[in-house]
Amino acid sequence: MMSQAATPDVHSNFKENLKGLKEYGMIIALVVIYAIFAFMSDFKNVSPMNVNNLIMQNSYVIVLALGMLLCCLTGNVDLSVGSVVAFSGAIAAIMVVDYQMAIPLAILAAIGIGLLVGVWQGFFISKLGVAPFIVTLANMLVFRGLALVVLNGQTKGPLPQEFTQIGAGYMPQFFTTIGGTKFELLALTAGLLLSALIVFMEIRSRRNKAKNGFEVPSVGASIFKVGVSVAIVNFFTVKLAMYMGLPLVLMIVAVLVAFYAFLTNRTVPGRQIYAVGGNRKAAALSGIKVNKVMFWIYVNMGILAGLAGVILTARNASATPKAGDMFEMDAIAACYIGGTAVPGGEGTVTGAVVGALIMGVLNNGMSLLGWSVDIQRVVKGLVLLAAVAIDLHFKSKKNGYLRPVIRPWDWSLAPPISRLCWLMVRQALSLRAASAGRISWKMASGLIVWRQFGRGFRLATQRWQLT
Amino acid sequence: MDNILEMRHITKDFSGVKALDDVNLVVRQGEIHALCGENGAGKSTLMNVLSGVYPYGSYTGDIVYKGEVQKFSDIKASEKTGIVIIHQELALIPLLTVAENIFIGNENLKYGQVIDWEETQRKAAEVLKSIGMHENVNRKVVDLGMGQQQMIEIAKALAKNAKLLILDEPTSALNDEESNTLLELLLKLKQQGLTSIMISHKLNEVSRVADSITVIRDGHTIETIQRDHGDPIDENRIIKGMVGRELTNRYPERHAEIGETVFEVKDWTVQDEDDPTRERLSHISFNVKKGEVVGFAGLMGAGRTELAMSLFGHTYGAGSRGKIFKHGKEITIPDVQSAIDQHIAYVPEDRKTYGLVLIDDIKWNMSLASLKSRFSENGILKADDEIHAAEDYSKKINVKADSLTQRVESLSGGNQQKVVLAKWMLSDPDVLILDEPTRGIDVGAKYEIYTVINQLAESGKAVVVISSDMEELLGLSDRIYVLNEGEIAGELQKEEFDQEAVMRIIMAHSARRETA
Repeated sequence: MMSQAATPDVHSNFKENLKGLKEYGMIIALVVIYAIFAFMSDFKNVSPMNVNNLIMQNSYVIVLALGMLLCCLTGNVDLSVGSVVAFSGAIAAIMVVDYQMAIPLAILAAIGIGLLVGVWQGFFISKLGVAPFIVTLANMLVFRGLALVVLNGQTKGPLPQEFTQIGAGYMPQFFTTIGGTKFELLALTAGLLLSALIVFMEIRSRRNKAKNGFEVPSVGASIFKVGVSVAIVNFFTVKLAMYMGLPLVLMIVAVLVAFYAFLTNRTVPGRQIYAVGGNRKAAALSGIKVNKVMFWIYVNMGILAGLAGVILTARNASATPKAGDMFEMDAIAACYIGGTAVPGGEGTVTGAVVGALIMGVLNNGMSLLGWSVDIQRVVKGLVLLAAVAIDLHFKSKKNGYLRPVIRPWDWSLAPPISRLCWLMVRQALSLRAASAGRISWKMASGLIVWRQFGRGFRLATQRWQLT
Repeated sequence: MDNILEMRHITKDFSGVKALDDVNLVVRQGEIHALCGENGAGKSTLMNVLSGVYPYGSYTGDIVYKGEVQKFSDIKASEKTGIVIIHQELALIPLLTVAENIFIGNENLKYGQVIDWEETQRKAAEVLKSIGMHENVNRKVVDLGMGQQQMIEIAKALAKNAKLLILDEPTSALNDEESNTLLELLLKLKQQGLTSIMISHKLNEVSRVADSITVIRDGHTIETIQRDHGDPIDENRIIKGMVGRELTNRYPERHAEIGETVFEVKDWTVQDEDDPTRERLSHISFNVKKGEVVGFAGLMGAGRTELAMSLFGHTYGAGSRGKIFKHGKEITIPDVQSAIDQHIAYVPEDRKTYGLVLIDDIKWNMSLASLKSRFSENGILKADDEIHAAEDYSKKINVKADSLTQRVESLSGGNQQKVVLAKWMLSDPDVLILDEPTRGIDVGAKYEIYTVINQLAESGKAVVVISSDMEELLGLSDRIYVLNEGEIAGELQKEEFDQEAVMRIIMAHSARRETA
């Protein structure tokens, strides 16, 4: 009987830890990748301007990943988003440049086109029952073709400044000088407010857990979690404050992220999406109109693709028929790197956003290092493969149960990442062997990182032993 | 008689939790050995140890098979020695033919790696003949019934030259007739010298065919009962061994206070989903009263599930006509949500496919059918209410789990069934249709489910139970409708209850239809 009583604890802790671990793991991976590129690029990628670029370059991937997450949660994908981005952007550009229409009207039209595309695809998917993969593959071709047709195969531009604001503009700026450095106050304030919000949310969540009799995480774990989140947020806002303040597009993304996090966590439609992805038949017999859910998911994706089209066109100040090429792949990859289950039913907005940022940091870092686009694709592909493989590895029961206590500072994802990290450090050392003065310093820091991971590796193998 | 297999002091633990603790199993050459135990007792784990799913080294103890200690590294290794396992979930590939399925993973080859199709078909036909099956070997498995598919699994095992056949719940998805054929086959194969181990919850079947029965409880062997040692094979003794207590009554008592008619169906006719020109159900009329448990008996394929689903928001059928009354008022139920809104609930027969979202946790599953009616306001979820309700119902019907955030896939069958039950109790139904509520769950959990059903009836709900377990139906119901070939063949009052009476009604009805 003792053994029976012991079972539940081990089990629930295993599940809980795995859950917590996954989110930490991704954020840690993001920070590590960013840090590696910081080393390799002589800290070019942490410059205020680059942080700003990082956000602007990735805003549309995040926007698309939010919509794609809903598709992925049902076990499907939308392959057409890149083409819809190009087509909707093209229409907006034509309306503004060729017909001098009002800019808000053009923006609404582009989003409206996204919506219509969504309705069109949703019709085939939910009314005729054609597999989403096929429908969106077909429309990927259709809308890429249409984008070429309406643009005559040429670039349409330049767009007026009022339009490009959306993709390249900033929130009102209030500059001040602190200790000789120019800062923008709104960005700093936003960072502080967000930090307060994070602390508040964590306290509330702890209180709720205690109230409902759930296990409350240790104070140390909470402080660690809040500390890391606050550090990341303020890193970004301070860097942005040192440049031009808050990009307008960051505000759009922030609002969308908050909205979709709320939708998936706290609303009936959100819960219905998870249920449809988890077990379609059971969902249907629980009163969920599966076809209706599928329809709205694709309409939603269309609207977001239209919006991404506007942002991209604004950032480039022109529309080209090749715009948005492979965006669908970036968005899908972001979801899966972010821990969305491939059969559906599992995945979070946080995960998708972190996944998108990992892709973004990789893109940006490799570009800064001057790596060719071909190699960039290889690396991105391998990262996707590794992320999903690691995720599945730890989900599989065959790989043993975790011991009850795992702390985030165990560097739990150490084994695979450490190897990658070591390779990169070594490469960085050899690449920069010429600047001899800095080698010793780099070698030292590289070794510290390596040692940390070595320790993590031992801990991790200990903890994940097959029992 | 020699022992073909001895499993000695088998202990297997998962991260410190012992699933098997010093288990001993002795199987004699040429016998049918039944393995009984509640869900989670360790039967499947033991068989997985035997068949090499858990390789040598991951357990302690010895497997002595044909006089030698075996060290299987995987299933292939155990199959080589003639130990073949047939799992509860059939491992057939629906779109391949019978012959292809029989020899999958065991292909007849020529010139090295080329499949010899003539040989395959010839041998497949031979194997089928040896088990008394006359089926075209080029038919696709998907077109066969469950009973035939189970036979194909056995043919597949025989084609692998099985000496020791392990069957995990072989009849759980079969109707009485199919089960009968299968059991006859096992007896026939026994005559030919095949040894088999059979895991089963169906004690009447076990006591009918088994020569020995080993009872396992909580990872321990409790006892082995042998027929030829003069031990009577007594179902109550097995049950006592399985649950560790004597169940004096397998069906809890209930004092029915039957009130006015709550739910009534008149002249309900439903078109077949696959062939809309055919009537799957015709002119069905029945009623259920307040506080009453009404049983639906019938053979597999009689249309009981189809009836329930066609009423439950048209989830079955190409079209239907007829009238539905609730509390004397005519109603229509265009879809599932409307059924829920009108306080009608349907607990489907296959909990894993139709009842649960396996990867979600207990509370999400429990709230799923009542998200709109109970757990949200303006589309926004009331998370606290959800947790409290799930807690409440888990306690009420005794769901054994360590936390409400545990995924339902990790629960035992009985607890999963309780979660589905709680899900529909939460939707606050007046009419509750339960389709095979105790299929594949152990005796203890069955009793608990019966208790819940009784409580529901006592609290004034109208309950409909569909079950293929005749004994259960007779023990549980206040009144029974017998359904046959899509029609109501008869109705039995409590005082007329008798298994034979049900069969007589079915036979008479079939005969009437034939002459008509």
